[in-house]
Amino acid sequence: MIRFEKVSFRYDGADSDALRDVDLHIPEGELCLVTGRTGVGKSTLLGAVNGLVPRFTGGRLRGRVTVGGLDTARLPLQEFAEVVGVVGQDPLAGFVTDTVEEELAYGMEQRGLAAEVMRKRVEETLDLLGIAELRNRPLRTLSGGQQQRVAIGAVLTNHPAVLVLDEPTSALDPTAAEDVLGALLRLVHDLGTTVVVAEHRVERVLQYADRLLHLPGDGTVVSGEPADMMRHSDVAPPVVRLGRAAGWDPLPLSVRDARRRATELRERLAGRRPPPRPANDATPVLRARGLTVSYGRDIAVRGVDLDLPGGRVTALMGRNGSGKSSLLWALQGSGTRASGVVDVAGVDPGGVSAAGARALVGLVPQTASDLLYLDTVAAECRQCDRESRVPPGTCRALLDTLAPGVPDARHPRDLSEGQRLALVLAVQLAAAPGVMLLDEPTRGLDHHAKERFRTVVRRLADEGRAVVVATHDVEFAAAVADRVVVMAEGEFVADGPTARIVTSSPAFAPQVAKVMAPQQWLTVAQVEAALSDSEVVA
Amino acid sequence: MLLLILAVCGFVVARRRGDAPWALAFRMYLIVGGVIIAMRVVFRIVFGGGQGDVILFTLPQIPLPEWAAGIRLFGPVAVEQLLGGFYDGLRLATMLVCVGAANALANPKRLLKALPGALYEVGTAVVVALSVAPQLVESVLRVRRARRLRAGRQRGLRALRGILIPVLEDALNRSLALAAAMASRGYGRTGPLPARARLLTGGLVILGMLGVCAGMYGVMDGSTPRYLGFPMLVGGLAVAVVGLLLGGRRVGRSRYRPDRWRAAEFAVVASGLATGGLMFLSTRVDPADLYPTLSPLTWPEVTVLPVVAILSGVLPAWLAPPPVTTIDVAPAAAARPATTAPRESVA
Repeated sequence: MIRFEKVSFRYDGADSDALRDVDLHIPEGELCLVTGRTGVGKSTLLGAVNGLVPRFTGGRLRGRVTVGGLDTARLPLQEFAEVVGVVGQDPLAGFVTDTVEEELAYGMEQRGLAAEVMRKRVEETLDLLGIAELRNRPLRTLSGGQQQRVAIGAVLTNHPAVLVLDEPTSALDPTAAEDVLGALLRLVHDLGTTVVVAEHRVERVLQYADRLLHLPGDGTVVSGEPADMMRHSDVAPPVVRLGRAAGWDPLPLSVRDARRRATELRERLAGRRPPPRPANDATPVLRARGLTVSYGRDIAVRGVDLDLPGGRVTALMGRNGSGKSSLLWALQGSGTRASGVVDVAGVDPGGVSAAGARALVGLVPQTASDLLYLDTVAAECRQCDRESRVPPGTCRALLDTLAPGVPDARHPRDLSEGQRLALVLAVQLAAAPGVMLLDEPTRGLDHHAKERFRTVVRRLADEGRAVVVATHDVEFAAAVADRVVVMAEGEFVADGPTARIVTSSPAFAPQVAKVMAPQQWLTVAQVEAALSDSEVVA
Repeated sequence: MLLLILAVCGFVVARRRGDAPWALAFRMYLIVGGVIIAMRVVFRIVFGGGQGDVILFTLPQIPLPEWAAGIRLFGPVAVEQLLGGFYDGLRLATMLVCVGAANALANPKRLLKALPGALYEVGTAVVVALSVAPQLVESVLRVRRARRLRAGRQRGLRALRGILIPVLEDALNRSLALAAAMASRGYGRTGPLPARARLLTGGLVILGMLGVCAGMYGVMDGSTPRYLGFPMLVGGLAVAVVGLLLGGRRVGRSRYRPDRWRAAEFAVVASGLATGGLMFLSTRVDPADLYPTLSPLTWPEVTVLPVVAILSGVLPAWLAPPPVTTIDVAPAAAARPATTAPRESVA
């Protein structure tokens, strides 16, 4: 269906090829998962499928890309709309109209289809994706998962043979991501659509994939069966790593596979427990009482009480719009607060100046790059030292401990996601707050950056700070948090030690916990440590 | 009289607006209108200006140096002066509110649907540009909030830079993403349309529009010679229509659930035309009716014809279908009597 023949691509002004000698064939009807670290050319590869690369991005493409026999170099991008449907990361950014039905019809209007055909296809698509009840809703009022399903529907109405999705679930909470993936699977199984999807959180898609395309980072693409590829892949999901640790062959790709093999492993580990995480009885650094946040008539946070002990990492979880961000902003003091008090070392951060609040509670917002506006890393660091009234060099020193080797002269925009996050974190840490709040920090981080960031978060806590991480990433939360708080409708619905909370709810359980239940193992590292211990004993 | 127009606008908007963001902007137009009136009056007080006999009160006059002769700061304040400022401001504010009412009632994207096919691409560009504005406001708010986190300065040039750069970056990224999405969904496919044909239709449309504008001006302004009015208007319209038809015939694009033109739409447009027509007639009869006199100082008088004209503009409040099912562009046309009537040709 999709064929790459000796394809190389280089962006204008780049020193090396983003894609190099790619030879590739994706047969019809496959679900193909593209993996690789950030910046290795996943988006470039996906864009090349419908000609967006190089027609839209510039740069020079050599070789031939054909889809269903059509050469992307021959036909203009617009004519490919009926062959290849493209769905991006942020659905809202790609919407042209403002209600669901119109959005679904937009692509067909461009093709000049007859009104009856359009009516019929819109109805079919609404049913196929389970969004019929949303038909007249304005797009902006939909939740993230619904928006993403509408975006998929909007390209499906043109009946493309190929669907290309670039990180479709990266902005979604676990349940919404499941909805979107469920819809995709239906397409693959019922319509036989060929689907090419790039995804950081491999664990979500791997089990459904027929083929894996791995980009190791030098511009080449390795294609193969998921189970074979996973043997050596550096972006393996927890089940696969658990399988490697336990020596299973073939490797399990889904929780179900692993669960069926795990009886023996559970027996080996019977009677052993993961090392207990520290209890949450330390004296609280931050104490909030009756915190309420409302926007007009909507109440985002409802009278919440929260104590944050120093030296502990708390994960704040819950679906999109459950009030996580509002709570963090209110705790920091910059956000609005309808009522309630926050007490950090006897001071309410909401009642002091911005500089004062910053020295009490630091916050890294969801779009961290909003904080950066200067041309170079060095300038940002200097500006930060001035703003926080700390000796020159403080911010730079912090940055070096968080992410060593970030070049001084680099433009913040050209940093990798992980480096940029480290820079913002350093800027916020320069004011030496005792409490650090992180809003969705792992969004956009690949597996390795996430691992590194996990140690950073741990260190922040070990230095005595109270750390809160609002996240959708269950694997990250399980690995880093001492305590998990689950929010819904602006209230806390669960609050307790990580192991207890995440194992009691399937939506928030990490893969290892699902495989090992009822034993309370959360991460592969814990299981590995326990296994090597038991070998020593044996 | 102007107040009556304001009331009609307000009423129609209140009855027939939806809950979309642009509909909520009507309040902002009202506020801006109020500010304009206040500014006018304040300026009249501060800078003197129009002379009058009936002195209300006298403020201490600030003597200005020789070179600023002719400008007076403070000094005696006359009723005529204040009223003059008030009427001026009111006139501007009414125009603004009329435009605001149109804006509140008409969904810009539906307006786009009503555009002839030949203008489709221009229309899409305009609508996308329009939708950028609220997004910009959104990102400015977000970035300002983030600035507070850094305890950065909120005012001054440096702060402006701190806000502007992330916002512009955001806007650029978004528009690139949108453009890529639209292109890959087939927007802007030209099909086999030769460039010369496109040039011809474009030229015809623009020429026609110019004619319409000139004609409208002729019709609206009582003092221009008659021959400049209607013939020009009709001629311009004809040229534009020919251009649009030519262009539209070649466009390979279709519409999903087009807005149907039903009795209600006709009624609404008719009431709009009635307002415009009657107003036009009343200016023919006595142009002075519309402007209250300042000397001698009297209460503004109201004559029957213009009142009927304006009141016929309120009819769409009942005639137009309620917004739940459709918010039509037509009531907007009706809600803009006299002052902004040229826009009817657009709607």
